[in-house]
Order: sequence, then C-alpha cells, then structure tokens
Amino acid sequence: MKYFYLVWKNAWRKKIRTTLTILSVFIAFLLFSLLSAINYAFTGGVDLADAERLVVIEKISLINPLPISYMDRIAAIEGVQEVMHLSWFGGYYQEPRNQFPQFPTDPYPYFAMYPELDIPAEQLEAWSKNRTGAVVGKDLADQYGWKLGDRLPIIATIWTKADGSTNWEFDIEGIFSTSDPRGSTAYMLFRYDYFDEARAFGQGTVGWYTLRVRNGADPIQVAKAIDLQFANSAAETKTSTEAAFAQSFTKQFGNIALIVTLVLGAVFFTLLLVSGNTMSQSVRERIPELAVLKTLGFTDRSVLGIVLSESMLITFIGGALGLGIGWLIIKGLASQLAAFLPGFYLPASALITGVVLMIIAGVLAGIFPAAKAMRLSIVDALSRA
Amino acid sequence: MRVIRQILAVTWLNLRNLPQRMASSAVAVVGVAAVVLVFSAVLSMAKGFERTMVSAGSEDTAIVLRRGATSELNSGLSNEQMLIVSNAPGVMKDGDAPIISAELYVVVDVKKKSSNTDANVPFRGVQASAFDVRKGVKISEGRMFEPGKNEIIVGLSAQREFVGLDVDSTIKFGQTEWTVVGSFDADGSVSESELWTDIVVLQGAYRRGNSYQSVRVRLESPASLKVLQDTLDLDPRIDVEVQNERDYYAGQAEGLTRFIRIVGYPLTVLMAVGALFGALNSMYSSVSVRGKEIATLRALGFGPGTVLLSTMAESTLLALVGGLIGGVLAFLVFNGFQVSTLNGPSFSQVVFNFAVTGDLLIQGLQAALVIGIVGGFFPAMRAARLPVAAALREL
Repeated sequence: MKYFYLVWKNAWRKKIRTTLTILSVFIAFLLFSLLSAINYAFTGGVDLADAERLVVIEKISLINPLPISYMDRIAAIEGVQEVMHLSWFGGYYQEPRNQFPQFPTDPYPYFAMYPELDIPAEQLEAWSKNRTGAVVGKDLADQYGWKLGDRLPIIATIWTKADGSTNWEFDIEGIFSTSDPRGSTAYMLFRYDYFDEARAFGQGTVGWYTLRVRNGADPIQVAKAIDLQFANSAAETKTSTEAAFAQSFTKQFGNIALIVTLVLGAVFFTLLLVSGNTMSQSVRERIPELAVLKTLGFTDRSVLGIVLSESMLITFIGGALGLGIGWLIIKGLASQLAAFLPGFYLPASALITGVVLMIIAGVLAGIFPAAKAMRLSIVDALSRA
Repeated sequence: MRVIRQILAVTWLNLRNLPQRMASSAVAVVGVAAVVLVFSAVLSMAKGFERTMVSAGSEDTAIVLRRGATSELNSGLSNEQMLIVSNAPGVMKDGDAPIISAELYVVVDVKKKSSNTDANVPFRGVQASAFDVRKGVKISEGRMFEPGKNEIIVGLSAQREFVGLDVDSTIKFGQTEWTVVGSFDADGSVSESELWTDIVVLQGAYRRGNSYQSVRVRLESPASLKVLQDTLDLDPRIDVEVQNERDYYAGQAEGLTRFIRIVGYPLTVLMAVGALFGALNSMYSSVSVRGKEIATLRALGFGPGTVLLSTMAESTLLALVGGLIGGVLAFLVFNGFQVSTLNGPSFSQVVFNFAVTGDLLIQGLQAALVIGIVGGFFPAMRAARLPVAAALREL
C-alpha cells in the first residue's frame, strides 16, 4: 500500500495508452454484466422455485390437458397440503405483438400458493366476487398503463367462446407485485369458472396443477404417489419439483449458457492480450527506472509487486466501471424489458464472478512483465540505458 | 500521381517494419477478429433459423387455419370445414381430386441428445397427400408408414437431434408404442424437425375425433390465394384465415429472429467499440515508436497528408486482416452447426443449422473497416502534426 503513489504515477505515465486500456477493460466487463443478465433471464427461474412446490403435467406433453376432477384426488393424497390449477390462455392485447401470458385460475388458492406475490386483500376479495374480473401483474400494468377498474379486452388465439367470438373482456380488479427483483409479474390471471363456462370446447380440463407438500413430507415420495394414482388412466401425469420443471423448460431453449460463455471467452481472450500488451510495453520502456529502483534497495519482490499492482489497478478501475454501469443499465432496462425478456437481472453471483475475473485478468496480464522486471539484472539494465 | 506514389512508398515502409511492432499489431488484429467472429456466429443463428423456416414455405401452397389462430398448434377445423376448403375455387386438382392435405399437429416429449432432457417435439398426423402439397419431401431411409398402424416416419434433423428415433426402433408416448419405420428428407426445412404418422391413428390416440388443425392446399397459381380467401370469407359455415405457406412460416420465424438481432447487434457494437480502443492503442504506439522515422520523412520532404494516409492505411490493413481471420474462423467453426430451440408460436422444437452467409461476412468486414479507419485516424493526425524539429532532436 505504501507504494500506491508510485504505482499510480507509473500507470499514468502514458495517459492515452492507460486510458484506452481501461476503456477496453470497461467494455469487456460491461459485456460481461449484460450477458450475465440475459443468461439469468433464461436460467434464473430455477432460483425462484420453491422446494416444497410440485408441478403436475400431462405425461406425454405439457400441452395436453388434465381433467379438473384430478384436483380433489390430488388434494386427498398423503402429504399434499394444498393444490391449485392453471391453464394456458394464449391471447393478446389489441394486436398480436402484445403477447403476454394469461392464466385462468382460482383467486384464493393461487395467491395462497405464491406467498411471494403481494396483492391488497380488498382487491383479492373484489376479484373473487366478480366472475369476469382479472388481476394483472405490476410489470404489465406499468407497461400498458392499466389501472384498477379498466375494462381489458383480450383476443384469444386458442379459446374461442361458445358464441364463436374470440374477444374476451375482463375488469381489472387488482394489481399484484413482488418485492423480489428477480421475479417478473408480466402476466395476468382471470377466473377459471368464467373461462370454463364461456369457452367453446375443452370443458372440464385444466393445463396443469401446482401443489404444496405438507411440512416434513418428502416431495419425491409425494410426486411418485401422484403419478401412481393416475397411472394407466387416459391422462397419465408427470410430477416434478418446481425447480426441475423450470430447469427442463429452460433447457428447451438450447444451451444459452454455453453461447454466453463462448462470447465472453472471445471477449476476455482479447482483453488479456490488450492489457498484457500494455503492461509489457510499459515495463519495456521503464527498464532503466526499474534498475534505479533496485539500486536504491527495492527488493525483487517489491518490484514484482509494483508492476503487478499497476496491472491490477488498471483492471480494477475498468472492471468496476464496467460492472457498475452494467448494473445501472440492467436496473434501468429491467422494467421496460419485463414483457420481452422477463427476469433480466444481474444476480449477486455474477457480480462475484466479475470480481474474480478482474483479479484473474489483472494477474495474468501483469505476471509476465512483472516477472521480467523482477529478474532484471541491475548492471545489464543500467548499461542499456 | 506523385502523391499516391509517396503514400504507397511510405505505407510499404511502415508495413516492412511491422515485425518490430508485432505484439501491439497482433493485439489490434485479434481484437477485430474477435468482433467479426462473435458477430458472424451470433447472427448466423438468426440466419440459419430463418432459412430453415422460410425454405419450408412455398407461394404455391396455402395454409388454412381457424381465424385468430397464431399457429397450427392453436388452430382447429372440423371435417365439414375441411371439405368446404377442399372444394373451394383456386385449389389445384389432380383429375377430379383436389390436392389438399388436412393435418393434425400435436406435441410430444422426446429427450434431446445434447442435454438428455425432455423437449417439445412436433408430432404431425398426415395423409399421403402431405407429400403432394410439399415440394422436395422424400423418404430417405426405410419406408412410408402404413395407414391405420402405429408407425411413424421421422425428419432427418429430428433424428439427429433427439434420442431414440433411429429407423426400426420403437418409442412410447404415454400408453401407446410407436415404431419408427422410416426417415424423410425435406432439404433441411422445418418439416425435418417433425415426426409424422397417419392422421387417423393420431386422431384416435389424441381423442380428436374427426377434427383437423390445418388444411394445406396446392394453389392453381400464387394469385389464386385471393380467390380462395374471398370465397371462404363469404361462406357463413366457416371462419378461417388463408395465407400462403411462405408468409405463414416467415411469421412463425419472426419472433426469434428479431430477438437474436435485438441482442446480437448491440452486442457487436459494444465489442466493436472495445476493439476500436485496442486498435487506437496499437496505432498510437506504432506512431510513437516511429516518431523519429516520421520526422525524418517529413524533413526529406514528404507531406503531412502522406504521413496521415499511410498511417491510416496501416491500421485499415491490420483491421481487414483481423476481419478476415474472424470471418474465416466463424465459417469453419460455426457454419452448419446444428442446434434446436423452442419456437414460441408453435411451442415446439425447431432444429436448424447456423448459417454463416456471405452477407454476414461482408457486414463483418465492413465493421472491421470502420474500426480500422477510425482507429487509425486519431493516431494518424498525431503523426501528421508531429513537430519535425523536436522529434528529430530526440535522436
């Protein structure tokens, strides 16, 4: 630390070169944070999963419906505390590009299942009293500027009504939100009883069930018991933990993490060359000075430390700027991207990885020039000057 | 003419002592190469996906879906509606029989080879006429399924991508066991991601009665599309949307390609800015190393313009070399690389290959050129403005 002034002065002896190197590091870490957030949007759902929640889907495919009669049978299975169902509506608002998820469900069971969601009690009650009522997530309400009491028309792409129309209308009775920055609320919920009565086909079926296991019950055993219950029936089930379900769904998109890693690999490889080259140039120019330092009694190890610190300093300034500005951009964009890319968020684990990468890049870029400086023989170096 | 000869001479001089500045020049080259590599690789996903989707569509074929449906998956048509469509004007006939194919589109879980996790694989019920409304689809191994039997044929892409689809193997969906009796080739188009079986068998297995999800018809000509749509619009018994197959598939591809571009372009711009800093760094150091040399040239009578342009020529050349390396690398590593992803509208997997196309490579080289010119300009200005006397005195 006592050499900080020396390190600082050395770093800035060529202002343009140091500035450009810091900017390169900055861009690399900015890319790192943005790509980490994109990766998280695809894979982060797993973090939000609750270990005590199970998802029951039809065995052949998620798109096949399950009978509503399974509800009571699942509830009766040992170890099941509560159960609720969801269906996929697949509609849009005004024009096809305004697509967001809509789910028919039951008001109280839904919010009991997801305690991480907040909705004012009086709004939930109002929804439970209005058959054509709906509640929308705050992200969605903000995006389209909806407020309580608005009439919300949704065009169905799957579920035509019994009268042949594809136009469904709802009253916004509530707006729900979550305090978890990783969670997105860009979706809407409406009443299953209204949905089931009004649709033209598919009566008496739901998309899938979500259930909570009783405290102390083994989720894996409960899952097996459910699948056994419906084995050899017309609609067999596949029950998995919410995390496993989220993970297998994520994998359907392909290996996003691998793509991100490859891009970042190319970025950081280039970055190491840029800052490594800067450091070796800087040491080459300073050989006589380093020799003078050694003559004055600086040990080999202090010289090594001084050069290495300079490389670390450059990486840390650029890296911290990149992560910091990346974090600000992600925070600013998250709400605007909520419908397009829900869960665009920079997790703490990525920040930690970022700091580790800074240290690695700083050391790798500085170590060879620093070792060269350390091994410098005073006589040779001075005579070259 | 003399000016050009001077510039060429000085540029040549610069290039010949490039080896002395190898390290910093290499950094600039690698930086630009990385930009072009990442750009071509990421955008080649969008290209490959689009190509797979669009090559499936023909303007001579129309696809009829229930009005409001955004894909075959969420459409539904009754047997009566299918018959109305097949007898409508504009539909090409083979003798007396209209060339149409009524189909069912469902999704089954099959494991992906790469991750060994379940994926939504499209499972299509077809009649033999499916081969008549699609161009270039042919059995490549084994045989066609027999009507009424639990037999499937699988697309070549699906066979490569998913587990257990080799010819002669059996696969179980729920209670029903199916035998893979053949595979088919569809020129790498989206159809190749699918499994096909007899529609009657699939209707039974999925309890769909006598209903369909889409009707494809061969049109008499692309212009017949309008005739068909107008006729069906006037018929009160039916409420459908008619599009030509190419537009349909282009619409299905739009969301994902737009997503890749929205992510890909800013990513490339940021990387290019990073590479620009690298190029500037290397050119500034090139100018500073050659300070005396430049001053000597100026003293000998070479003009500041010559110095400026020759320095820029050096950086542009370095960037172009980087761009070429990146482009060639992208082509060798990624072109033809097969992946699959979940496509939103049909909620099922599409298997496609990365396509590093010529226009992507040209765009990449253009980016390299910009980096080279901008990265050379400021250092070149400094070189041109170098005070001759002061620089020479450093000798």
